[in-house]
Amino acid sequence: MAEFFWAYVWPVLVIAAHSVLLLVVLLVLIAFLLLADRKIWAAVQLRRGPNVVGPFGLLQSFADLLKFVLKEPVIPAGANKGVFLLAPLVSAVLALSAWAVIPVSPGWAVANINVGILYVFAISSLEVYGVIMGGWASNSKYPFLGALRSAAQMVSYEVSIGFVIITVLLCVGSLNLTDIVLAQQGSLGMFNWFWLPLFPLFIIFFVSALAETNRPPFDLPEAESELVAGFMVEYSSTPYLLFMLGEYVAIVLMCALTTILFLGGWLPPFDIAPFNWLPGVFWFVFKVVFVFFMFAMVKAIVPRYRYDQLMRLGWKVFLPLSLFMIVAVASVLHFFDLAP
Amino acid sequence: MIVADAFFYLFATVCVGAGLMVISARNPVHAVLFLILAFVNSAGLFILLGAEFLALILIVVYVGAVAVLFLFVVMMLDVDFAELRAGFIAYLPVGALIGIVLLIELILVLGAWVITPEVAAHVTTPTPPPAEVSNTQALGQVLYTKYVYFFEAAGIVLLIAMIGAIVLTLHHKEGVKRQNIADQVARRPEDAIEVRHVEPGQGL
Repeated sequence: MAEFFWAYVWPVLVIAAHSVLLLVVLLVLIAFLLLADRKIWAAVQLRRGPNVVGPFGLLQSFADLLKFVLKEPVIPAGANKGVFLLAPLVSAVLALSAWAVIPVSPGWAVANINVGILYVFAISSLEVYGVIMGGWASNSKYPFLGALRSAAQMVSYEVSIGFVIITVLLCVGSLNLTDIVLAQQGSLGMFNWFWLPLFPLFIIFFVSALAETNRPPFDLPEAESELVAGFMVEYSSTPYLLFMLGEYVAIVLMCALTTILFLGGWLPPFDIAPFNWLPGVFWFVFKVVFVFFMFAMVKAIVPRYRYDQLMRLGWKVFLPLSLFMIVAVASVLHFFDLAP
Repeated sequence: MIVADAFFYLFATVCVGAGLMVISARNPVHAVLFLILAFVNSAGLFILLGAEFLALILIVVYVGAVAVLFLFVVMMLDVDFAELRAGFIAYLPVGALIGIVLLIELILVLGAWVITPEVAAHVTTPTPPPAEVSNTQALGQVLYTKYVYFFEAAGIVLLIAMIGAIVLTLHHKEGVKRQNIADQVARRPEDAIEVRHVEPGQGL
């Protein structure tokens, strides 16, 4: 019995402890990132943003959480009840589960698996189900239109994200996220990271990440001016909170993925004295927050795309460009003998 | 091993159960959702076999793309259940026949494997031991060296299917105004705006 405990039960307990720690840190971080999002947006528009709850409005997200949890969940009479309640759960759980493989610092991942990047890609391709199920189960026009839009949008942009990931993998020679970060280590510091040699792909990935997470200017599934609130029209209270949570967790996941693929993960910008004193986790969070700042600025600055323009950008611009980049990068790696 | 067995039975039971629900669910959208559950559980079975690459590709391709389009189509369809039920008896013999043929073929293939274990020795490219090569690498080595022509042929078949689908659905209607991005970008203010100086109170 003791053997069984040490072989099976103990590892499960350790992983559970890791996961809870990751979850708490991640959710607290997201509470403040959500506030930062609103503050940045407000600052661009010369407003103050949330500033009532706590000093500088720092506790706003927690007040919102309480408000959502304490409200009454309304389920429409014509809704498909099971699927209606399953949708927000799917959305939040999938977004959170992708974090299991993200290495925040050398060795700091809940699971350091061989096919890490493929796992993240698979999970992010599943996230569309929360939206489709929610839109369909609401049994209402606007949510359904939102769901259809998001299905097409997420499938389209996944293709170019997949190609960008493949190109990065060609330069690394491994599907392990830790190996991807370590492959960017070098004497030139931040100029060794993949954002410089693969600059066009960095841009494609960034824009596709915006589209994949339904962030403005690609927030067509929930476009307020046309679809009221898209697939979330019929949701209230905790189910709505779960949708919002899932969305923000997915956004921060995309920020983390950008950091790992292009910005050198936990590596310091230069491997010299003042920079490498700070621990890797600091640099990781710093970069994630920086990418999130860029996301927030895009939301504040760029107007919303029209639906046909969105599809044109995905299929006629990004897809050929990323496909060409795969061939180009693979040829360079092969003929200059640089392949790992 | 007990834990692995327990997980096998869990995944296998849920997978078979979900498969049964796919064909017995009254609502077609529920049927597709159960199909997705079956896919995810078979991915779990792949992981138990140590084929993590196949498992994740199954999820990316089938659950992430194919099933989304399935769901898309099924949600848009206006399915009449009475009509569907009416055809059930008529199609039953054909369906049953195909099912039985498939079952016999599966039994033959798997039965040969179990009854004569030396079949594994005759395989042209034996599986490398998982400890030495990760299965992504092993698949790549076989697919892009030994079987590269078959791989390319499969690619061409898919390409032809894709072109066929485009040809079947692409209709160019005459007299429809379309957006031409290049024209729009090339347009200058001088081409589009005429500046007139109008005296106040005079009008044009």
